[in-house]
Amino acid sequence: MGNKFRSIETKHHAERDAFFDDLKKLDRRAFLRVAGISAGIAAGMGLRTPHSFQLVNVAEAQGTKPRFSFAYISDTHLYEKKLNDRFVRAILKAVDDVNGLDPQPDFVLFGGDLAQLGKPGELKLGAEILKAVKAPVRMMVGEHDWFLDMGELWTDLFGPPNYSFDHKGVHFVVLNSILEKDFWTERKLTPEERMQIVAGLDNGIQSRFEVGAPQREWLRQDLAKVNKATPIIVFSHSPLYKYYRPWNFWTDDADEVQALFKPFQTVTVIHGHTHQLLSNRIGNMSFHGMLSTAWPWPYAPEGLPRLTVQMNRADPFSQFDGCGDGRMDVLESGMVDKLYNLWERNPITVRASYLASGGKQDVPPRTRLPSY
Amino acid sequence: MTFRMKLIVGMGAVLSFVGGAALATGPVPPPPKAAAQGAEVKKHALPVSKDGNLVVGLCDGETSMEVKGVKAGQSLTRAQAQHVSGALMEEWLRKNPNAHWDSAPKVAQAPSASGTVRPGGVTPESGGSQVKKQIATPIQDGHTYGAFSDRDEAIWAASTEQFVDEGHRVFHDAKAIGGTVGISCDMCHPDASNTHPETYPKYQVQLGRVALLRDMINWCIENPVRGRPLADGDPRMRAMEAYIYAKRKGVKLEYGKK
Repeated sequence: MGNKFRSIETKHHAERDAFFDDLKKLDRRAFLRVAGISAGIAAGMGLRTPHSFQLVNVAEAQGTKPRFSFAYISDTHLYEKKLNDRFVRAILKAVDDVNGLDPQPDFVLFGGDLAQLGKPGELKLGAEILKAVKAPVRMMVGEHDWFLDMGELWTDLFGPPNYSFDHKGVHFVVLNSILEKDFWTERKLTPEERMQIVAGLDNGIQSRFEVGAPQREWLRQDLAKVNKATPIIVFSHSPLYKYYRPWNFWTDDADEVQALFKPFQTVTVIHGHTHQLLSNRIGNMSFHGMLSTAWPWPYAPEGLPRLTVQMNRADPFSQFDGCGDGRMDVLESGMVDKLYNLWERNPITVRASYLASGGKQDVPPRTRLPSY
Repeated sequence: MTFRMKLIVGMGAVLSFVGGAALATGPVPPPPKAAAQGAEVKKHALPVSKDGNLVVGLCDGETSMEVKGVKAGQSLTRAQAQHVSGALMEEWLRKNPNAHWDSAPKVAQAPSASGTVRPGGVTPESGGSQVKKQIATPIQDGHTYGAFSDRDEAIWAASTEQFVDEGHRVFHDAKAIGGTVGISCDMCHPDASNTHPETYPKYQVQLGRVALLRDMINWCIENPVRGRPLADGDPRMRAMEAYIYAKRKGVKLEYGKK
């Protein structure tokens, strides 16, 4: 019965595939003609193609030329393959994506939540798959990796969960922002129960995420060595601001952490956990969320940052819709253009200038299918 | 009255007496064949106790049980009667392992995650506090419709919450919905968000037909969750609908919304 009807999505993809197949058949002269016409049409319609897809990459103004790029894969939520291969297929797709980038990114950030329930089989499977990434991989921890053994295996596999490094004049800080106050000892929970509770986004038994005083002290000392004009990029699994408390789209000590970054001119936070297109600007700090490869999350019912342009709601009938990976272009100014590589959709770039101008310039394409 | 008249009346009386007697004692016409009316109800012949004890039969027409220490004709205490009925039920369940006995009370009393119902379910104490509060309150009463107390309402509210809580449990448990790949509803729908029950029925483009909320629940169970669809009357389906609707309290109904 189902074969008789083709959904809108199926038709759309069939047409798109046919179009790209035809493109491959073009000779060079015909290609240039088509490219020229396409660019003309796009210009005529007032569309701006994403940065990486522009025919001629023009740096429009001082400080907007990319200094370098890095890619990310995030929130893969792996189960062991014999239980569930859906999420395994998704991370493999992301690995193909980043390996296919030309030019290659300087490194690939893994944004946390490699595993679903922190099990050895899950973390080791993830580690194995990430070995296939050609560029160097920078790891960040998520709560799904942590709360079974409190990070023991993750640390064995990938090293300390918080660290910093310098790359081409930018100071990078990686935080473990998914620590929680002890809710398990008093309740006499097993490690599995603790993990299961933390894995439930809407499970109110758990505590709220925090960076915690010891790590804040480490951060203070780390930043003390850095020139205030040096651009800072922070990797944090949780958003590092207060978005929606019931789902832990939240960092309890966000204000204290933000205060440590206040003296710096240019600070960008790249975070996971929220599985959606998410943008924010607080003072000197820009915030970008990362996409998940496993599943998209709905926008929270309240607290959405004003500057966020919502992604269209996901089609549940397509495994990959609303999921994806992405790339960060670090500009000469040290700010970041964030490319959301949404699978099955056109990519969306949220530019540094959009956030810095308070939403006045370079507005990303508007939402056509808002949340319910 | 002439002799002739007497004779006629007398004959009539005799005839009607004989006829009546014949009707009352004559052979009963045989009942229609069993095939026409379904299986004949068997008489449950209870075995006689050697010691003259009471024998109780189960309504299945087969199972029976002798009650030690109670003679035939004596009545049972409440505790004895409960013991006997429990034992008979166990015996029946043992004989009918595939009978799909609806364990509704167990479902209704499942301990809830959000804590409105204690393990063990509703007790006589549930809502008891309301009764005390209400004693001195002057309220209009004396009619049948609406003749219920605040305690009644408290119990109904608790029952409803219990039903919703059961939905919350099923919604958050991959095994409970029969999933085979470790995926539960809440993984994509925290707090039942993005389930938009208020938009059904609507034409579901991807299905090519009009769908109800339960069609979409079953779609999710079959596809991302990799389970078997639930029947409309399945207690888990009913409970999940309850939970999803409860989470959208106050949202405007807008069937057909795209």
